[in-house]
Amino acid sequence: MSSQEDILEIRWHGRGGQGAKTAALLFAEAQMHSGKYVQAFPEYGPERGGAPVTAFNRVSDKPIRTHSQIENPDFVVVLDLSLLSSIDITEGLHHEDKILFNARKIPQASCYSLKNYQIFLVDASGISQKVLEKNLPNTPMLGALIKALDLDLEKNLEAFKEKMIAKFKDKGIVEKNIQAIREAYNSVVEI
Amino acid sequence: MIKKALTGNEVIAEAMRQIEPDVIAAYPITPATEIVQIFSQFVADGKVKTEFIPAESEHSAISCCVGSSAAGARTMTATSSQGLALMHEILHIAPGLRLPIIMPVVNRALSSPINIHCDHSDTMNARDTGWIQIYSENVQEAYDNLIQIVRISENKNILIPSMVMTDGFVISHGMENVEIAEDRKVKDFVGEYKPVQTILDTDNPFTLGSLALFDSYFEIKRAQEKAIINSKKIILEIAEEFKRKFGREYGYFEKYKLDDAKIALVAIGSISGTIKDAVDSLRGKGKKVGLLKLRVFRPFPAEEIKEALKNTKAIGILDRSLSFSGQGGPIFSEIRSAVFDLKEKLFVLDYIYGLGGRDTTQKEIEEIFNNIELETREDRTIDLIKYVGLKN
Repeated sequence: MSSQEDILEIRWHGRGGQGAKTAALLFAEAQMHSGKYVQAFPEYGPERGGAPVTAFNRVSDKPIRTHSQIENPDFVVVLDLSLLSSIDITEGLHHEDKILFNARKIPQASCYSLKNYQIFLVDASGISQKVLEKNLPNTPMLGALIKALDLDLEKNLEAFKEKMIAKFKDKGIVEKNIQAIREAYNSVVEI
Repeated sequence: MIKKALTGNEVIAEAMRQIEPDVIAAYPITPATEIVQIFSQFVADGKVKTEFIPAESEHSAISCCVGSSAAGARTMTATSSQGLALMHEILHIAPGLRLPIIMPVVNRALSSPINIHCDHSDTMNARDTGWIQIYSENVQEAYDNLIQIVRISENKNILIPSMVMTDGFVISHGMENVEIAEDRKVKDFVGEYKPVQTILDTDNPFTLGSLALFDSYFEIKRAQEKAIINSKKIILEIAEEFKRKFGREYGYFEKYKLDDAKIALVAIGSISGTIKDAVDSLRGKGKKVGLLKLRVFRPFPAEEIKEALKNTKAIGILDRSLSFSGQGGPIFSEIRSAVFDLKEKLFVLDYIYGLGGRDTTQKEIEEIFNNIELETREDRTIDLIKYVGLKN
C-alpha cells in the first residue's frame, strides 16, 4: 500500500530500450483521458541501452501534489526477467501487493521470495514477437496491466491509439500495437 | 481550455509556441534540452515564425539574445546548471541594458562533482544578476508563470529580463495533468511586443552599452534597481488579470493553511506539493502547521513575507542550495533578515535538503515540523542549520 491510500502507485522495471518509460507515460496519459489525476516519471541514471531502468506512475481521483519518489508501490510491472538476478523488484512492496511479469510461468528470484505477492503473468515478449515481429514488450504489458487493474479496455485503447498515431504516423504499426495490447489483455493470468 | 498530461519541458515548449517570440537562441543542456528540441521541431514544421538560432555555447546563446532584444525582438532562451553559469557574465549585461529577455531555467546542481539532478544552486548563484526570478511548484505553474512573465518583463516601466524556474527531472521530466489555454487566448494575453526603442531605428539613433564611469554608473545601477523593485506592483497586476482570464490565482507567494499556523515552513519549487500533504497529515493530528510557498524570489517581497509570518512562533526554511558561508542557505538569509524586526521573536531555522537530486519524503517533512517544535519549545540556544537526509 502506498503512503497515501487514495493514490495508486506503480513501479515499472525494464532495461534501456524496452520502453518502460514510454509505457509509464502512455499509461498516465490514458488515465488522464479517463478523468484521473496522474503522474509519470522515470528514474534517471546513466542512459545506456540494456541498463536497468525504472519508471513510475501515480493515479488518483484527486489532484496529486507530492513530488517525492515512490518508495512503497502498490503494483510492480517487470518487463525483463533477467533483472531478477540483480535487482530486488519487490523492494518496498507489502504482502498482497501485485506484481505483473512478462513471463509464461512464475519466475524464480535467487535472493528473495515472491510467494507473498499477488502474481500476474503475461507472455508480452511472445505476443510482441508474433504481432510486431520484434521483442517490444511495453505495449502488451499495458494491456495486461489494464486487465490486472480492472480498467476499461476500450477507453484506454482509444487514448493509446490517439497518442500512437501522433508518434508513429504509420497506421499499420498503430493497429499492430493495439492488437498486441488486446491479446495481452485477453491472455494475462492471475496465479 | 484543453486538458492534457504533459511534462514540465513539454509545457514550457508549448507555452513558447503560443507566445511565439521573434527570436530564440539556445544551446542544449540536460535537463533543459527538450525545451529547445521540441521548439526547434515547431520551427521545422512551420508552426511558428520564430527565428531559431542554435548557438555554439550558452555564452553565445545569451549574447545572441542581448543583440536580438536590443534590436527590438521579443527574445527567449532556455538553459540549466552549467549553461546558466557559463552565461553569468552576460546575465549582468541584459538587465543593465534593460532588455526584457525571457529565460526558462530548469534547476540542476552545479559541478563539481558533476550531477544532472535537481537543486537550486544554479539560479541561486544568479540571484544577484538583476533578473526577475519566479519559481514553479508544478507543471501547471510553469505554464502559467511563463505566460505572465512576458507581460511583466516587457512592461515599459520595468524592462527587466526574467527567469522562470522548474525543478530538474522532478518537473521537467515528470508528466502531470495540466490545463492549456487556446492559442488565441495566450496570444491576446501576451499581446504584440512594442519595444520602447530599438538600435535598428536609424531615425532615432541612440547609444546602447556605453562606458559609464563614476559620474553616472551609480545612478544607472540605482535606476535598474528601482525598475526591478517597481516590478513588484506589475507582478500583482498581471496576476490579477491572469486570474480574471485564466481562472488561476497567483501572488508573490502562496499561503497554505498559514493564517493560524504556529509553525510554518518556507519553501520554493516542487517540494511545496509534498509539504502540503505533510501539513494536511499533521493538521489531522491537531498540529497548527502551515506553508509559505515562495514564488517570486527576485524582487524579494520582504514586507509581505514579514506580514504573512508575523503570527507564527517558529519557521523552518527549506534551502536547496548552499552559500558556503556557515550562515545557512540563501532563502534562510533573506527570510531571517525580513523577519528580524518583528516585535515578537520568531525562531528561524534552516533545513538544507535535496542537493544533487536527493529525494525528500513526506515523512522527512513531518519530522522537520516536529524538529522545529522540539528545538523551539524553550528559549535556548539552538542549532540553526540542519541537513535533511544527510548520511553520516
